[in-house]
Amino acid sequence: MSKKNLKEYWKRNLKYLLILLFIWFFVSFGCGILLADYLNNIKLGGFPLGFWFAQQGAIYVFVILIFVYVRLMNKLDAEFDVDEK
Amino acid sequence: MDIQTWTYVIVGLTFVLYIGIAVWARAGSTKEFYVAGGGVSPLANGLATAADWMSAASYLSMAGLISFMGFGGAQYLMGWTGGYVLLALLLAPYLRKFGKFTVPDFIGERYYSRVARLVALLCAILVSFTYVVGQMKGVGVAFARFLEVPFSTGIIIGIAIVFFYAVLGGMKGITYTQVAQYCVLIFAFTVPAIFISLQMVSNPIPQLGFGGTLSDGTYLLDKLNMLSVDLGFEEYTSSGMNDRVNMFFVTAALMFGTAGLPHVIVRFFTVPKVRDARKSAGYALLFIAILYTTAPAVASFARTNLIQTVSNKPYSEMPNWFNQWEDSELIKFEDKNMDGLIQYVADKDRNELIIDRDIMVLANPEIANLPAWVIALVIAGGLAAALSTAAGLLLVIATSVSHDLLKKNLMPNISDKGELLAARISIAVAVIGAGICGLNPPGFVAQVVALAFGLAAASFFPAIILGIFDKRMNKQGAVTGMIVGVFFTLIYIWYFKPQLGGPGTPEGYWFGIKPEGIGVVGMLINLMVAIVVSRLTAAPPQDVQDLVEDIRIPRGAASPGALH
Repeated sequence: MSKKNLKEYWKRNLKYLLILLFIWFFVSFGCGILLADYLNNIKLGGFPLGFWFAQQGAIYVFVILIFVYVRLMNKLDAEFDVDEK
Repeated sequence: MDIQTWTYVIVGLTFVLYIGIAVWARAGSTKEFYVAGGGVSPLANGLATAADWMSAASYLSMAGLISFMGFGGAQYLMGWTGGYVLLALLLAPYLRKFGKFTVPDFIGERYYSRVARLVALLCAILVSFTYVVGQMKGVGVAFARFLEVPFSTGIIIGIAIVFFYAVLGGMKGITYTQVAQYCVLIFAFTVPAIFISLQMVSNPIPQLGFGGTLSDGTYLLDKLNMLSVDLGFEEYTSSGMNDRVNMFFVTAALMFGTAGLPHVIVRFFTVPKVRDARKSAGYALLFIAILYTTAPAVASFARTNLIQTVSNKPYSEMPNWFNQWEDSELIKFEDKNMDGLIQYVADKDRNELIIDRDIMVLANPEIANLPAWVIALVIAGGLAAALSTAAGLLLVIATSVSHDLLKKNLMPNISDKGELLAARISIAVAVIGAGICGLNPPGFVAQVVALAFGLAAASFFPAIILGIFDKRMNKQGAVTGMIVGVFFTLIYIWYFKPQLGGPGTPEGYWFGIKPEGIGVVGMLINLMVAIVVSRLTAAPPQDVQDLVEDIRIPRGAASPGALH
């Protein structure tokens, strides 16, 4: 693969990382800790929302994030022809 | 059958299973011993990683901790799962592409330096050993209480089992045993949770159940908040007086520590491809999440049940389990106002009941009156959790000695057969050493687990991240960063932990940060020092820069060890 292509591939990878890690930070440190008191005023069934994010929601989002990353990267690898045969 | 008989039967059956797997999965080469031949499927690796990760602490102690902490307990839930996102996105695929056996391997080659490899080696052994001693103690306690054998006999049985399959099978044996152990422990954890959820809120899914309504129509969490406030505790679901700064830092330290723990990282060397490493991290977190989302449900069920069973009830009418746990002094009752009723309140002077929070998971099935076989199953699950984690940690120690120390430093000409023998001997020594320390645990063991996470966060995590994402990072930067980060963290934890003999008091905390959360600060210091030093010194040699370019793309991933 040429130098230029590699740079482009890496840039796209870093962009995905930044977006996914922003969500990672937002659901856990944001909704689960910093904004929890505020979100607790909203109810999700029997759960106060901030409490739900801290003890349930953040973990579900973590799992989804990894599988989204797997999909994105598999597509990106194929697009730049660097996937494993 | 009574609980005792059930326990013998179920624990015995699981042990036969583990030994059978060990015999089937013997290791014939160092590659099989270190990374299970590099041919583990992502799904199997995900299961094994989950079992490896979930220790006796996750299984036995965490739900209990949460039930007494309420909202704040989420720091463990998020901290011990969020690290996998970092692992999957920032570490696992690149380390798999790098394709060697150990974390010190990566550090040593990326930073073209024996010193770096030795620093990494020492950190790996220190982190893993502190961790494994705690596991051994957990095995001893579980055996002692339920098979009614002495504590020491319990540990010796545990050592014998781990010894057998770790020495024989290495990573290969450990991986497939861990797959079985995951199945045992997750079944054992969720079955009682489902029973209790059905009993209390008529919902078979505990994750949804603890947001459900009780038979009187009120939401379980509302009821629990009310009960807690009535007794003078904080509201269960609100962050109330909880120290937000510390929750933030402890969560972060656990996350970055998770991503830096060598026994977790090394698991991603065992899959065939880079894409498998990514996927495998996803599976691992999914399987971990099953337990980690059930635990907070168990916590709130247990808390509600407990308060309703004991609060203001006559002591003479307490059920059988209450007296049994009293015998082992994990429940203590003192009738201060002599009215024969149990006052369980937040106010220390009036409170009459002290409950060890570690018993919640074990006592929970009894509190909910579940059948004897369920209780026996929970015990087998606890043993599976402790044994699987201990085995994974011991392998890291053995590999560090036989591969990083002997092969890469002292005896570079050692044959594959010789190295395999050395690996077997060092794992045998490590198992016995851990067992001896478990028999006479130094009083600070519980404290050093915080240390393990802090050190992993402050040493490995930044060194590996910079090694992948910063091509300009050189050995001067990485080594100085690691040393400064580790020493800062070590000194801070020692200084503010009276149990370790430190003179500090909580008033002196920097920005109010507890020792448990300081690893993040150590990590940031490591990052900054490394970047500054590397920019002031020469760039790494061209072949190292090429190596970094190479690990960034998946194609051409060799099977691990192929370049040896």
